[in-house]
Amino acid sequence: MTIAFPKPDEAVLARRREIVEGLGRLVASEALIVSEDERRAFETDGLTAYRQMPLAVVLPSTTEEVSTVLRFCHEHGVKVVPRGAGTSLCGGAIPQADAIVLGVAKMNRVLDVNFESRTARVQSGITNLGISQAVAHEGFFYAPDPSSQLACTIAGNIAMNSGGAHCLKYGVTTNNLLGVTMVLLDGTVVEIGGEHLDAAGYDILGLVCGSEGQLGVVTEAVVRILRAAEGARPALFGFERVEDAGACVAAIIGAGIIPVALEYMDKPAIQICEAFAHAGYPLDVEAMLIVEVEGSDQEIDDMLRRIVTIAEPFKPKTMKVSQSEAESAAIWKGRKSAFGATGRVADYICMDGTIPTGQLPYVLNRIDEIVKSYGLGVANVFHAGDGNLHPLVMFNTNVPGEMEKAEKAGEDILKLCVEVGGCLTGEHGVGIEKRDLMTYQFNAKDLEQQMRVRGVFDPLWLLNPAKVFPLEGRFAA
Amino acid sequence: MSDMSVHTPRDEQDASNIIREAADKGTLLNLAGNGTKAPMGRPNQTDASISSTALTGITLYEPAELVISARAGTPVLEVMRVLAAKGQELPFEPMDYRSLLGTRGDPTIGAVAAMNISGPRRIMAGAARDSLIGVRFVNGRGEVVKSGGRVMKNVTGLDLVKLMAGSWGTLGFLTEVTFKVLPKPERMATLVIRGLDDRQGIEALAMALGSPFDVTGAAHVPDRDRRGGSTLIRLEGFRVSVDYRMNELKRLLKRFRFMDILEGVGAEALWQSVRDATLLTDQGNRAVWRVSTAPTKGPDFVGQVAQSLDAQWFYDWGGGLLWISTPLDGDAGASVLRDATRTYGGHATLVRAPTEVRSTLDVFEPQSDALMTLTRGIKASFDPSGILNPGRMYAGI
Repeated sequence: MTIAFPKPDEAVLARRREIVEGLGRLVASEALIVSEDERRAFETDGLTAYRQMPLAVVLPSTTEEVSTVLRFCHEHGVKVVPRGAGTSLCGGAIPQADAIVLGVAKMNRVLDVNFESRTARVQSGITNLGISQAVAHEGFFYAPDPSSQLACTIAGNIAMNSGGAHCLKYGVTTNNLLGVTMVLLDGTVVEIGGEHLDAAGYDILGLVCGSEGQLGVVTEAVVRILRAAEGARPALFGFERVEDAGACVAAIIGAGIIPVALEYMDKPAIQICEAFAHAGYPLDVEAMLIVEVEGSDQEIDDMLRRIVTIAEPFKPKTMKVSQSEAESAAIWKGRKSAFGATGRVADYICMDGTIPTGQLPYVLNRIDEIVKSYGLGVANVFHAGDGNLHPLVMFNTNVPGEMEKAEKAGEDILKLCVEVGGCLTGEHGVGIEKRDLMTYQFNAKDLEQQMRVRGVFDPLWLLNPAKVFPLEGRFAA
Repeated sequence: MSDMSVHTPRDEQDASNIIREAADKGTLLNLAGNGTKAPMGRPNQTDASISSTALTGITLYEPAELVISARAGTPVLEVMRVLAAKGQELPFEPMDYRSLLGTRGDPTIGAVAAMNISGPRRIMAGAARDSLIGVRFVNGRGEVVKSGGRVMKNVTGLDLVKLMAGSWGTLGFLTEVTFKVLPKPERMATLVIRGLDDRQGIEALAMALGSPFDVTGAAHVPDRDRRGGSTLIRLEGFRVSVDYRMNELKRLLKRFRFMDILEGVGAEALWQSVRDATLLTDQGNRAVWRVSTAPTKGPDFVGQVAQSLDAQWFYDWGGGLLWISTPLDGDAGASVLRDATRTYGGHATLVRAPTEVRSTLDVFEPQSDALMTLTRGIKASFDPSGILNPGRMYAGI
């Protein structure tokens, strides 16, 4: 527990009753959560080691309500922590004692689908999977697929610019977002973009994507929907050496093949996931790749044949192409449940740095050394095609000091990612978790320019202010 | 312009010094590469020019990591040549504006980023901004700033890369850009359907784009007499895959009867003329507009414009990108085009018109008050003295 929250504003805490009453006049009673018991459901997110009880929770049903609430908070100097489903792994939705939580989960409808233009307009509280389900009857889907897609909202996806296992081919949120309706802190409703490609003027849409709830509250989104491929089939490759798996990834891409997914798991991750999902993963290898290709049967056969030929010189110990829908589902179940399955055997923190893929073997060996030096264990699952690592640093909460050690190990791993030319976070966001590491990736001028831009939207630092930027040296203009 | 001083910084520090001094003195700077897009945007008055032409060279290329970095003044053709040698390319197929604008010289990779220049493959592979993963630039304070990096998945901090893309040099002077790249497809084939009017053409494109067959180009070019046209659907990839998908596509679109397959040099030239909008350039002294709208609204949009103007046009991006030429008299069609964007959504940019016409019109689509307030704030946050390409996009920006 080494990450500090800003000291709560005593004056705001003292005015809690007045603030709650003020909000009560703006929204229906069922949209306002005041009691301690009910507020507790919102005290943390996916980063459960950290908890803060908010002043109150507001769950509006319309853009107008969001606007009214934000204007009130702006006028009364009340901080606002926007929230989707609260699945953030970096603490992006963790409240502050002197802040209200503004949740968009009640706004979860599909407003319009246009299959000819391949767009869907949705309210921002809809789940990621909810969009795909709403368009599946025509064979369409929404492409970014974070592992939490069953629960996470598009609002949260936009806030974090979420990715997923299939972004090697389809891109991340920012590449699939055409427009948003966003409410600024002063209550102004802004329409950015629309159903056309490339919004006019400055790319404010691109700026909003990944801004972690610090620029405004998105209430509606227009996303691209895509026609799903005719089929998809994963294949498993097991290797005796980490270096061989890394070289195989480079060789596949070097041959001009961009698989729709290219996932890496190390031995501990394979064993944990196999025990949970019974996916048929090889247990006697050091590294495994899941390579998925899409298309018709004929195209898939052709592509997998090429990939097998490319893989052979790296002497895979196991090569297994999925033979059925059920087998494919099991292979993905193992991968997508990696975090949950690890949670069954240990407490863990999940890091999310990205590295240049050429550094893969070096970085994996260093991660191993780092974690061992703290006397802990690690399981690695990650998107090998784009170098987005997810080392799961395992510890036992009941052993005093172990969590702090895990946090230190995580910090060292992220510094390593930056050192080799990568970044602190590939898809989970900075939140509170990586806030104090930002100075490793950015110098003062880089951060100042970001804060100046942030200040254009929220000069008072009321929107999700505990996150992203180190607490020292903040300014608005 | 001719007696204006031109700075050609040798490195980032040099650029920083030049801009810091300009900010101190209030010297208004025109930001440029080789000037091939100089006749675009709002004409502006500046005191001096800063050009990226001495900032050249590929600084990083890792084919297996699908990433390339180059200094901003590196010619686009040089970047493409280096990529092609390893069987790769820029995914977004950047347009070359020289034919349309009648300019000469080497377009730079910095301008591709600064103007977010894409081409037909944008519908499949995203725009330049989608492939741009890192930038280094000097802001209007003379400070060197970086955003993004060399890895394709990166959500660390605010995405200033996106703001730089398409800001036309009004926020910073780019010194280095990093792009995600993709393998060049083994084979390209184009299905050409003839004889369709605009609405039928766009319908065919929507069917193709709504299929699972990964269409990478979707254009409709009306004949001069407007009774029919050529509807172009492009597939790319491995040979086996393109063959298969082309057969399926023909089956899907069989109710449109007159179909040919076009391949090779002729097909490449055809897509280049779609990409570069040269299908419009032989029309003499006319204005050229570029419109982005929802694909299904394309024909209605054009229909409304053609009621009041002697317009010529063709469609890219499945109907969502309209290239429209209009007579230069009066406002070069601006009020009619802007009426149509209000009705159908999207935005219209005046790409080609003489300076005197561009100086009296909104070259870019006017924005809502709320967006304009944010735009002004963003500009001031990068360039508080307003010295970088002032007025190139909007008055006062």
